[in-house]
Amino acid sequence: MKLRKNLFMLPYLFWLLLFVILPLILIVVQSLIGTDGQLTLANFVSFFTSGTYLSMTVNSFIYALIVTVITLVISYPVAYILTKLKHSQFFLLLIILPTWINVLLKAYAFIGLFSQSGWINQFLGIFGIGPTQLLFTDFAFIFVASYIEIPFMILPIFNSLKTINGEYIHAANDLGATRFQTFTKVIWPLSLDGVKSGIQSIFIPTLSLFMITRLIGGNRVITLGTAIEQHFLTTMNWGMGSTIGVILMIIMIASMKLTNGSK
Amino acid sequence: MKKKSKFELIYLTLVMIVLYFPIFYLIYFSFSSGDSMSYFESFTFDHYQALLNDPRLIRIVLDTILLALLASLFATMIGTLGALYIHQVKKKSVRNSLLSLNNILLVSPDVIIGASFLILFTFAGFSLGFYSVLLSHIAFCVPIVVLMILPKLKEINPTLIDAAYDLGASKYKVLSAIILPLITPGILSGFFMALTYSLDDFAVTFFLTGQGFTTLSVEIFSRARRGISLEINALSTLMFLFSLLLVIGYYFLSRYNQNRKINNQKKKVTK
Repeated sequence: MKLRKNLFMLPYLFWLLLFVILPLILIVVQSLIGTDGQLTLANFVSFFTSGTYLSMTVNSFIYALIVTVITLVISYPVAYILTKLKHSQFFLLLIILPTWINVLLKAYAFIGLFSQSGWINQFLGIFGIGPTQLLFTDFAFIFVASYIEIPFMILPIFNSLKTINGEYIHAANDLGATRFQTFTKVIWPLSLDGVKSGIQSIFIPTLSLFMITRLIGGNRVITLGTAIEQHFLTTMNWGMGSTIGVILMIIMIASMKLTNGSK
Repeated sequence: MKKKSKFELIYLTLVMIVLYFPIFYLIYFSFSSGDSMSYFESFTFDHYQALLNDPRLIRIVLDTILLALLASLFATMIGTLGALYIHQVKKKSVRNSLLSLNNILLVSPDVIIGASFLILFTFAGFSLGFYSVLLSHIAFCVPIVVLMILPKLKEINPTLIDAAYDLGASKYKVLSAIILPLITPGILSGFFMALTYSLDDFAVTFFLTGQGFTTLSVEIFSRARRGISLEINALSTLMFLFSLLLVIGYYFLSRYNQNRKINNQKKKVTK
């Protein structure tokens, strides 16, 4: 009896051990191994003393922040308008549908759109603005990253806005609140959980993007994700790559604590 | 009461247009006879023909589908067992830590998963290829399956299970005749989510493919780095139609689940 109970949970526990706990331990250990194969803190020391790594981390942070803010500003009104629509579930499905299309194909579409003779430049040409370099710029990276992340911001905000009891808004109106007051004092605070989970699901993935930085942002290393990929697959410096990975995980845990904790 | 201003509708339409524009841009040029995504030349199916005459690409598509099916099948089995296990853990602290462990792979960035699995496989002396990718896909699909099934387990009325035991059902009988049928919708949605996770993955696969094996995402990446080829456009049109089918399938699945729930509630009321 006891044995059978144990047997059925074995595959899952095996998975937990082998693919969750062990990889975590391995990446931490790897980050402590120097180029000579000895245990050392050298990787962390060189990360925190090198201007290149630090400025890359700061840049990566700033890009992720900009993308998060842009998606939030665009998505909040969309989510709010959606809640007022009659067939909101249908429109929500329309918003989610693009997320089912392979991210690479979307990035590829922008290679065409942003190219020197692409439609964006043709459109700008109407106003007499000559073909400008759009691809491989910071603008392109931020635009495409925001484009890809927007549905992931709309969804949680929509869900939290939908649960707001309509009576509260009635009450606020009855008590003489202006529309602006109703928004800042009632709707916004009540939808904060959705905003937080939206931020969580965008900020960290943007820090770790690497495919879009290559395809759209050119070959510059501008995110932590690109740096990790480069260390693992190009320069084969796994120790340093793991170090950046560990730092990324620490940032991730900290930002989750920050967004969860300030309730 | 429900005021919809014109401005709001215009804004929503604008966002929708921006969301869909790149997708239709790709589809539009898949029918152009030129070789760039700038000017539409004349209508043609050439790129689709080229696609069908590309045995390498067809192989990659089939490999990708096989990989996704196998990965989600195994992930669903492990995830179902995992959900049953987590559900029966009584101690709240143990259960919460199990859940947090379960969710690690869901919240970790792809790059970290890819890198740490690469270390894992190298450490274990496992050669990179189809099997390393399959194992990694199974691994990152398990947690979502668990999360889809757990709420269904919570919904089960415990008196139902007590009644079965009182009537002399064995543990196995309770599982197969009561629990499994009741959580089937959760298992199905878990399988479905796993399927889309696997089909969509690029980063983890990119780290683990090695030399011989590629999936569609990795192939698109390496082609796109070389520049524009309208064959990719044709491919993306087909993939768009495929995801449309998946979405419709998922929509009906969730509708079916909801109807079932409503019917069950009706039954309860009439009883």
